[in-house]
Amino acid sequence: MRQPRAILVTQGLSKEFQGFRAVSAVDLSVAEGTVHALVGPNGAGKTTLFNLLTGFLKPTAGRITFDGHDITGQPPERIAGLGVARSFQVTSLFEQMTAREHVELALQSGTGLGRRFWRTDTLMRRFSGRALELLGDVGLAHLADRPAGHLPYGQKRALELALALALDPALLLLDEPTAGMGLEDIDRTVALVDQIREGRTVVMVEHNMSVVGSLADTVTVLQRGEVLVEGPYDRVKTDPRVVEAYLGADVA
Amino acid sequence: MTSFLQQAFNGLVSGSFYALLALGLAVIFGMLRVVNFAHGALYMLGAFGAVALADTTGLGFWWALLLVPLALALTGTLLERLLIRRLTALDPLYNFLLTFGIALVCQDLLRMKYGAHSQPYERGPFTGSMDLGLFDFPRYQVFVLAVSVTLCLAVWLLLTHTRIGTIVRAATERPELTRAFGIDTGRWVTPVFGFGVGLAALAGVLAAPMRAVNTGMGSDLIITVFAVVVIGGLGSVFGSVLAGFTIGMLQALGNLYVPVLSQTSVYLLMAVVLLVRPAGLFGKEEPA
Repeated sequence: MRQPRAILVTQGLSKEFQGFRAVSAVDLSVAEGTVHALVGPNGAGKTTLFNLLTGFLKPTAGRITFDGHDITGQPPERIAGLGVARSFQVTSLFEQMTAREHVELALQSGTGLGRRFWRTDTLMRRFSGRALELLGDVGLAHLADRPAGHLPYGQKRALELALALALDPALLLLDEPTAGMGLEDIDRTVALVDQIREGRTVVMVEHNMSVVGSLADTVTVLQRGEVLVEGPYDRVKTDPRVVEAYLGADVA
Repeated sequence: MTSFLQQAFNGLVSGSFYALLALGLAVIFGMLRVVNFAHGALYMLGAFGAVALADTTGLGFWWALLLVPLALALTGTLLERLLIRRLTALDPLYNFLLTFGIALVCQDLLRMKYGAHSQPYERGPFTGSMDLGLFDFPRYQVFVLAVSVTLCLAVWLLLTHTRIGTIVRAATERPELTRAFGIDTGRWVTPVFGFGVGLAALAGVLAAPMRAVNTGMGSDLIITVFAVVVIGGLGSVFGSVLAGFTIGMLQALGNLYVPVLSQTSVYLLMAVVLLVRPAGLFGKEEPA
């Protein structure tokens, strides 16, 4: 079998906050077209790692390569421009803008509009059709004109997925896509992620092991900022080190 | 009744200045998270700019209204690029000290040249008054009110109906999400700062024909403007403008009915608003 190409690679990636090593010498290799889950107990450095990968934090040491580009220490807008989209752990939407406006903004940022900043609404309207389509994909078509601040939690998270999709990224980073969701929303999100992984690579931080089990091809377990184990879900799940470090509380 | 309407009108005219200054402070705070304590000094520089332009080149009011805000906006962009930008990563206190220091330096430099006396500026257009049935409106004040209302509306339309406005609003509310969209918010910081400064300078030029032009005019006004911004909600454009006009009216009517309270009413209102809604009437609590 042909070995798939690694689209995202980190080498010795480290981030230190005033003496505290949140991420410590992480070597990660994400194969193109796979779903790669990052798991680990709270404080394992998962979100810090995400922030390093997307340029919201600058690493103290190490290198990050995406699709052949060295993106170490590049600003977020640059990395997004190369085709990396992310969602945030805490819902972070514009309270007053409607769901449709959100998607329109995300859609137009990726186009060649360049410096035509004086164009009015009519330009944004051009994206309306596509925006509605994307909202339909995540089950929000009927709420398109509702301000994001008024949406229930599960639907806010769905809107964030639509935003990430609007950027049509080669690499999609999802920070706890099912956090705080009820069972029904979790099922819908899993189905959705399974649908949108088509043709792209997904890296997700996720606590819910059944979600990880049904989606991830590869699992990396982090502990205290270091890689503890990496491999397919079934093998990682039964690894004694993982059971002790992460699942221990559940098994005991 | 006539005196009520007369005072209400005067209040709206004072409110015009509050609104223009508060609007500039609001967009600057929204985009940079910097409270620009030099805003009052820039308003004063606008008025002195009109005086100096007339003294040195003989150019009149309309030229001043065009050139002075442009020149000061440009100065503002340099200020942001060379000084303010360096401090934004640090504690907000540093930019507080910087902008406050800039205000003091501007004031004292002008005092060296002009002294503490008020400068005459008699080149204002629309002299005399017009009779609109109720009382005689001073024509220039009507003009000031019209300019201010038009500008506030224009800024609102710009923010809500253009792509640049959407980007500025987005960057104000969620800088990290906007950047994750691939939008470089950094390149809008300098233009927005320059724009806010330009509005303050324009208010200064507008003030020159009807207010005493002296080095204290900015610091006198800005204290009320900060109260306006706090009441309207720091960073809220709509709140700042509405609070600007409301407080202008409140002060003027207070003068008429409860003279004792006319100076303190603003701060009483501010205290009440802060107790009930700590983020101001239209402000949002900072997301955690």
